[in-house]
Amino acid sequence: MSAGNSLTSRWSLRVLGLGYILLLLLLPLALIFYKTFEDGIAPPLDAITSPDGLHALKLTLIMVAIAVPLNTVFGVLCALLLVRHKWKGNVVIDAVINLPFAISPVVIGLSLFLLYGTTGWLEPGLAEAGIKVLFSVPGMVLASIFVSLPFVVRETVPVLQEIGTEQEQAASTLGANAWQTFWRVTLPAIRWGVAYGVVLTTARVLGEFGAVSVVSGSISGQTQTLPLFVEKQYQNFNLPGAFGASVLLALLALATLFAMNLLKRKEDA
Amino acid sequence: MGISVEGAFKSFGDFQALNDVSIEVPDGSLTALLGPSGSGKSTLLRAIAGLETLDAGQVLIDGANVSRKPVQKREVGFVFQHYAAFKHMTVFQNVGFGLKIRKWDKAKIAARVHELLDLVQLPGLADRYPSQLSGGQRQRMALARALAVEPQVLLLDEPFGALDAKVRKDLRAWLRNLHEEMHVTTIFVTHDQEEAMDVAGQLVVMNEGRVEQSGSADELYEKPANEFVMSFVGEVNRLGDHFVRPHDMEVVLDPDERTEEGMVQRIVALGFEIRVEFVLGDGTEVWAQLTRNELQRLELEEGQIAYLRPVQAKSFNGASPDDGSGASTPRGPQDGGDAEVSAPV
Repeated sequence: MSAGNSLTSRWSLRVLGLGYILLLLLLPLALIFYKTFEDGIAPPLDAITSPDGLHALKLTLIMVAIAVPLNTVFGVLCALLLVRHKWKGNVVIDAVINLPFAISPVVIGLSLFLLYGTTGWLEPGLAEAGIKVLFSVPGMVLASIFVSLPFVVRETVPVLQEIGTEQEQAASTLGANAWQTFWRVTLPAIRWGVAYGVVLTTARVLGEFGAVSVVSGSISGQTQTLPLFVEKQYQNFNLPGAFGASVLLALLALATLFAMNLLKRKEDA
Repeated sequence: MGISVEGAFKSFGDFQALNDVSIEVPDGSLTALLGPSGSGKSTLLRAIAGLETLDAGQVLIDGANVSRKPVQKREVGFVFQHYAAFKHMTVFQNVGFGLKIRKWDKAKIAARVHELLDLVQLPGLADRYPSQLSGGQRQRMALARALAVEPQVLLLDEPFGALDAKVRKDLRAWLRNLHEEMHVTTIFVTHDQEEAMDVAGQLVVMNEGRVEQSGSADELYEKPANEFVMSFVGEVNRLGDHFVRPHDMEVVLDPDERTEEGMVQRIVALGFEIRVEFVLGDGTEVWAQLTRNELQRLELEEGQIAYLRPVQAKSFNGASPDDGSGASTPRGPQDGGDAEVSAPV
């Protein structure tokens, strides 16, 4: 009787869970794929390979190439600071790190606007130096870094806590200096936490819309990343183009995940 | 290389881990730091290694003050209670780590690692990962890793603490033999007095951040400096101001002026040795250690009244627990009330 009950409840839980994912996650995504290729592969392909489309793809990859390495290095250093060097300021740092999660990307974009805009604090100096931040790549990179900053920190901190300090101490008694200990012992021990953080950072930078939209001005062929390109195509009623770019974005994100799994499997073998 | 620590102080916040500790470890000896948890023994060991910095005092290795030397330059081998194995490295890579840091060439590293794996009886496991080893094997790997760089001194922090009883006993004997072969000055930390007596030639008993007494196992057992050492090194009964070892409690059936009356509460047979627990008239609980033959001769039963006669009792009244007078002049009843009562058997 009780076994029957638990069986029933287990199945209803499964149906509920699967149904939820199916309806809210997979169905919309599947629809996009379907809509994209409804009239064959040519229309989406044309949209993506148009000069504006290719430029958007290039710009998105540039964002990833700059923001991800920077946030990875910063994230690991920050996690080390938080976990290995206890002091009172850590509480503040820990809270501030989470800000990009808590604040709406649009607000982040606006704050950058206030800082670098024509009436912004830093504008006079930057203009003199001939650096244009807003409506150009530097501002978009700044926005991307801002919104994706917490991921590596958040994924690395618990792993660092879990491995403890004994392995590092053992390395130092064996003659390793701080640098050698980090490269040979700490980093290999936390690598999957860092890798997962990198995947999340990449996905976020690839898909970031709000903050980048505000600071970029979304100028076709100049300051348009793939998500902005998707929106523009959609507004212009070029649905195949919008869907095509969306699928491309999704594939890029999937490729990142896949690459990590591949690395991990190779390691485990 | 002899090791000495002079006037060491260390506190963690409000907690005084080391409170004016000085010890002397002779070259080539095997010394145990023995004490309950929180006694400062691990802190002392870590300070010798350089893993902790002393607030005051100094550490000398082979006569040279190393207090300012960072851990990686002290050339100590350190073995951790929970092995501290590098989980992402094979046994070979673990043991060869220190040599790789010292930029030995590959062939020399391989030769040395295999030599050490033979020494710690792990041949053929070079390509395993630590997760594929048992606890005892991991600890032997950790020991091989520490010995690979030919350290001046070997420091072991509760090395057998995480292992089960049988493995622990085997490793003890093995460590003793290893030390006889290698003669590297070795200090190991333990809270297990039997382990300390079994393995070490010299014991340093610590409590609340101080050294209570140091000496050989015999000295500590026979001439404890104070109440703490007496009760920590071996079992003890308390009778008023006096302390009596359970094997110094004679059980008789007829009272005289030196006996105390007690009721047999429980008789526990531990093989040849029998533990007989008594309650005295004032409610004190004591126990006597008898042999099976003695028990049979006395025909004791639980609930029965019998008489206890302390053959040897110690009293530490009036002696300051820290002045070590008990160790230096244990049999002088005149000086400071360190008295001993002996009765003819």
